[in-house]
Amino acid sequence: MTKNSELTANKGFDIGEQQIELLEKLCNATAVSGDEHEVRQIVLAEIKSFADEIEVDALGNVLAKRFGSGENRVRVMLAAHMDEIGFMIVKKHDDNLFQFERVGGIDERQLPGKAVLVGRDHLAGVIGAKPIHMTTADERMKKIPVDALRIDLGPEIGDKVKPGDRATFATRFKLHGPSILAKALDDRFGVSMLIELLKHPPANIDLLTAFTVQEEVGLRGARVAAYKFNPDMAIAVDSTPAYDLPHWDEEDENVQYNTHLDAGPAIYVMDRATIADRRLVNLFTRAAEAEGIPYQYRQPGGGGTDAGVIHKTRAGIPSISVSVPSRYAHSAIGLARIEDWENTLRLLHAALSRVTPDLLAGERRG
Amino acid sequence: MMVTHIQDGFIRITEIGGIDHRILPGQPVVVHGREDLPGVVVQPPGFLLPDSVSDGPIEMKYLLVDVGLPPEEVLEKVRIGDTVSYAQEPLELTGEALAGHTLDNRVSVAATTLCLEALQNRNHNWDVWAVASAQEEETLGGALTSPFEIRPDIAIVIDVCFAKGPGSSDWQSLPFGEGVGLGYGPNIHPALFDAFEKKAKALEIPYHRDLMPKMSGTDAMAVQIVAEGIPCAVLGIPLRYMHTPVETVSLKDIRRAGRLMAAFIADLDDTTLDKINWEE
Repeated sequence: MTKNSELTANKGFDIGEQQIELLEKLCNATAVSGDEHEVRQIVLAEIKSFADEIEVDALGNVLAKRFGSGENRVRVMLAAHMDEIGFMIVKKHDDNLFQFERVGGIDERQLPGKAVLVGRDHLAGVIGAKPIHMTTADERMKKIPVDALRIDLGPEIGDKVKPGDRATFATRFKLHGPSILAKALDDRFGVSMLIELLKHPPANIDLLTAFTVQEEVGLRGARVAAYKFNPDMAIAVDSTPAYDLPHWDEEDENVQYNTHLDAGPAIYVMDRATIADRRLVNLFTRAAEAEGIPYQYRQPGGGGTDAGVIHKTRAGIPSISVSVPSRYAHSAIGLARIEDWENTLRLLHAALSRVTPDLLAGERRG
Repeated sequence: MMVTHIQDGFIRITEIGGIDHRILPGQPVVVHGREDLPGVVVQPPGFLLPDSVSDGPIEMKYLLVDVGLPPEEVLEKVRIGDTVSYAQEPLELTGEALAGHTLDNRVSVAATTLCLEALQNRNHNWDVWAVASAQEEETLGGALTSPFEIRPDIAIVIDVCFAKGPGSSDWQSLPFGEGVGLGYGPNIHPALFDAFEKKAKALEIPYHRDLMPKMSGTDAMAVQIVAEGIPCAVLGIPLRYMHTPVETVSLKDIRRAGRLMAAFIADLDDTTLDKINWEE
């Protein structure tokens, strides 16, 4: 039986101005895989008065614990990755133009004609494209290869940018109606929710939060974080694509949507890297139904989260992922709903509040 | 761009003017509906597209615009025929370079403003009309109609020209930020070209001869053939990445163009018209 006081506490998990302001700061920061400094600083500043123990480990993960009260507390790891897809400058050419490589999975068709920010000083640059007047119809049927693109920061850039510097799309956070338009919602959503849970933790568990690095280039941070924490169970908190767009042929139904916006948090059953522990799928489902929180099962298939390595760490860790659905991840502008984010946070709190040692006492089924 | 269709809350678009569809995915835009709606151009995943296009660049007819609103609200606020424009914020780059959308041809409006400001403090014998023309990108319509009533003795057409940059390095492109272009070709009266060149040299304003063997691609194509014909000069401001939302220009060249134009105009006197002839 859920106590009324707990229900009231859950209702406290609203997304308000403070949460939106923090998400804006997180999304506008630059933290390309391997250079998560800016987001790490924001996280450390936000959690320092709330966490019982904070550590930055050898890879740059922020590991923060908040202990519950009472007996037999389950040790629950939550992982959200701080890094985002982006670029690394690899060569300066004679004409003050910079060649770059992609870091993480970016479709090269998303690159021409975009504004970028380069380096720790966020210097403005552009990825231009040949004027259409100089292209042929045949040429326009072919993709523009990354090697042909350059980042242009103006004729007097001098030595202010050098190979090795990271860059991101220059997109600034914006709200419109029920939606958020921003870069790096994958996974600043997760980072924001872990911060929120550290501030308002469920008392029944030991909350072990890992703000991980290098997820986009191979789930590297999460592996060592899980080893260090050695938790009883783990939840990767991420953002997953909503491909809920119409088919070009209006007769055809889109049956590969992965998730839908406005349908609530996406509970994972299986992705390319993890088969979720069924006990945890049930935990989340029951919590959502008990609290009246909308939810959806992410369509089983491709993709992966930090859970992909966490569940195989040490002798195995029961794991699941829960994501905020969002459109256009890994491009300049993602689009998601404030309400889906809010419901994901509420569901996480509701599910964590229901974690007891009994949950994991039996055998794993499925 | 213009709205052609609304499907499940997503907007389909077509181009106004020349747009390479390959620069559209992921672009911030504003849909000018019953109110201005911020949105983004979307490249749908391959499984929602015909097999023939899924891997290559996506033609404009398959792209969508998402304004982040529920479908019923999109239908209320957006109609077929509404315009869609770029929303990329302007960026200051190093070396007095500016990047943004629609610098083609707002930079020439800026240069013309500088020219008019300069003329306020100078004597000039000739009357000057400044025309900010409409519909150049589609029909040259504004440049065909505006000279008809004014019926000028000469016209200076100012527009952007190609600057050297990635993918644009041949003879059609001028160095970036290193001077204005003086158009040279059949749209331009050679006597006006000569006069501009002389003035640029006298003022030590850097310039490059911008070769236009067949046509200038500017309003001069229209102005030249209004009424019984109007002698034209074409002044160019070199611009990188033309017709993308990150067109890049040097502020130095905008100032140079304004200054050169003002100096040229201040020199016009009652002997000038006689000099604009075909005697070599």
